Amino acid sequence: MRLVIRDDPVAAAFYTANYVKRRILEFAPTAEKPFVLGLPTGSSPINIYKYLVEFNKAGELSFEHVVTFNMDEYVGIPRDHPESYHTFMYNHLFKHIDIKPENINILNGNAEELDKECLAYEDKIKSFGGIEMFLGGIGPDGHIAFNEPGSSMKSRTRVKTLAYETVLANARFFGGDVNKVPKLALTVGVGTVMSAREVVIIITGAHKAIALYKCIEEGINHMWTVSSIQMHPSAMIVCDEDSTLELHVKTVRYFKSIEQVQEELIGRENIGLKGSISSLSKMNFTNKYV
Amino acid sequence: MDKLADPDYVKGKLIKFINCRLLRNHKLVEDYLLILDGVIQDPQVVFWDHLRRPDIYVDCKGGIISPGYIDIQLNGSIGYDFSSDLDDIQEAVDNVSKAQLLMGVTSYCPTMVSSPSEKYHQILPFLGPRAGSIENGAEIIGAHVEGPFINPEKKGAHDMRVLRDAKNGINDFYDCYGKDNLIKYVKYATVASEIPGVMDSIEQLIEETGIVVSQGHSLATVQQAETAFNKGIHLVTHMYNAMATFHQRDPGIVGMLGSPHRDLFYGIICDGIHVYPNSAKIAYYAHPRGAVLVTDAMCAQCLANGDYNLGDMSVQVKDGSVYITGTETIAGSVADMSECVKKFVKFTNATKIEALEAATLHPAQALKIEHKKGTLNHFADADLLILDDDLSIKRIFISGVEATKDSVKFHSKFQDKK
Repeated sequence: MRLVIRDDPVAAAFYTANYVKRRILEFAPTAEKPFVLGLPTGSSPINIYKYLVEFNKAGELSFEHVVTFNMDEYVGIPRDHPESYHTFMYNHLFKHIDIKPENINILNGNAEELDKECLAYEDKIKSFGGIEMFLGGIGPDGHIAFNEPGSSMKSRTRVKTLAYETVLANARFFGGDVNKVPKLALTVGVGTVMSAREVVIIITGAHKAIALYKCIEEGINHMWTVSSIQMHPSAMIVCDEDSTLELHVKTVRYFKSIEQVQEELIGRENIGLKGSISSLSKMNFTNKYV
Repeated sequence: MDKLADPDYVKGKLIKFINCRLLRNHKLVEDYLLILDGVIQDPQVVFWDHLRRPDIYVDCKGGIISPGYIDIQLNGSIGYDFSSDLDDIQEAVDNVSKAQLLMGVTSYCPTMVSSPSEKYHQILPFLGPRAGSIENGAEIIGAHVEGPFINPEKKGAHDMRVLRDAKNGINDFYDCYGKDNLIKYVKYATVASEIPGVMDSIEQLIEETGIVVSQGHSLATVQQAETAFNKGIHLVTHMYNAMATFHQRDPGIVGMLGSPHRDLFYGIICDGIHVYPNSAKIAYYAHPRGAVLVTDAMCAQCLANGDYNLGDMSVQVKDGSVYITGTETIAGSVADMSECVKKFVKFTNATKIEALEAATLHPAQALKIEHKKGTLNHFADADLLILDDDLSIKRIFISGVEATKDSVKFHSKFQDKK
């Protein structure tokens, strides 16, 4: 796992958006071989989407051959409800970019048979050969998508009852009325996210410091579902300084030193996007520390 | 010709306006606007259900998109007069509608001043509702019949001889305009509630014909105006003009500005001539959400400088004003709606939003057509203006097609005279 630490949430978002851009460009998607991207909602990704929109408008990044799968959606609220995830995605990303509407996948929380909807979603992901990169956020309790504490680490897309805390937290989006907050959601499972070939999680803010600590410094635990990232072969967490408050100094320094070594000694041009060192021969070995 | 001005080209095409601010819900919001076949679309329905991406992009260059202006009181323009041009009334309607469109007025109410009964029967069929397009010009919402059930003491420029009362109740209205004409062609009527028989006919008139009724050219006391309001008259015709002047114990119709009715609307001629700027400001501060900008313009609107014979009047048009030839007497309004909007901001310190709404949303609400006109809400007609921050009009769209000087051709009645 890589941990990339940036000064503030905006810098973390900028890094993440750039990373997504470079991954898509490197992938060089086509109609036959689209880039399959998993997407989150919530406060964390808003800035990432803002930058992706900028890249798209500047002509630096096209979504023409990008297929997206969103993580989750509430059950039973109208699609055009201001708090629905359809509306969120439409307003923050889709309406601004050149993506094909038919390439977008979001769970239908108003489906007649919710279980079938979830199974079909998993099948659809499979039909594209799996997800190339799943972008995610994290809740203060370490949840990913609506996989609340206690969710199975092997879970797939399904109907989920929201934790009382989540309902309370969401009440602010529904006029402060707990009764108006949906109690159910459709969500991809922890297993669905972790089946992606790459997982990128953004974590920012002091209120998420404990979650970050629990997920990377302690063991894998279904009470902090993002901790499952520890078993993923190609995972990256992008965070800001505030969210590292609960980490050991040692942990923070280690991950910072990795970047430092890469930048100063090996040279960015010699490092693959995912951190692989592509060509030993090109490295600058004149540096006294190597 | 610009492709966007070609109705055949834009037919069936999803047009996305980008780089713009939309006048929506009393705010200027940065967003896109999607239109298809002359109707503003619900973007999420287009996206999720129809899986459509835009076919055409219109770069608004940071401008403001407003609904097209609505002028609910227009007597004539470019030499034509709706009340007197009996012989060429169709020509008048066609040319004036196009002239209005190019001034940003995408819908309007052609207005007839007090006339003898036979004239209503002859002319009204030409002033009924007609869709807007680049062929037709601005949309005709329906006629405005101003009088003849008005107070002779506040007749303004109306012909004293044709004014009448309604002692026989509703039958006098039907006798005057024709009941069918009211139902088919008339959008609203201006009456004076103190004229005998008028007050008691209002409710029946509204119920049986579906028209909107406005009060004006009237010496109604504030109590009478209030009674009229309660009977369904929620509109005032050109506030201040042709009504009792304000008195502290009986403020007359002007006093309705201080009433608690939120659903009261008042036309106001904001040209700086018919209403002193301070008066416009007082009205606005008393009841900002009721202001409806009207031009009340007459046939000399848009005419080039020079001398003209309008009906039996000799007039001289000079730098945006029209005088009776050889005098300093103003012969009528030649205001242009766009100028009125700018002046409204200047006179009242209203925000751009409020000024635009006074020329779009409020008139639509006053005439109960806000589901189609005066808003950028989903499923409203795509009659649009693109404006800069000085509220100067940059581009005009009617029913989703761009109106340009090349695509909308018209001529004034005095084409040869220029």
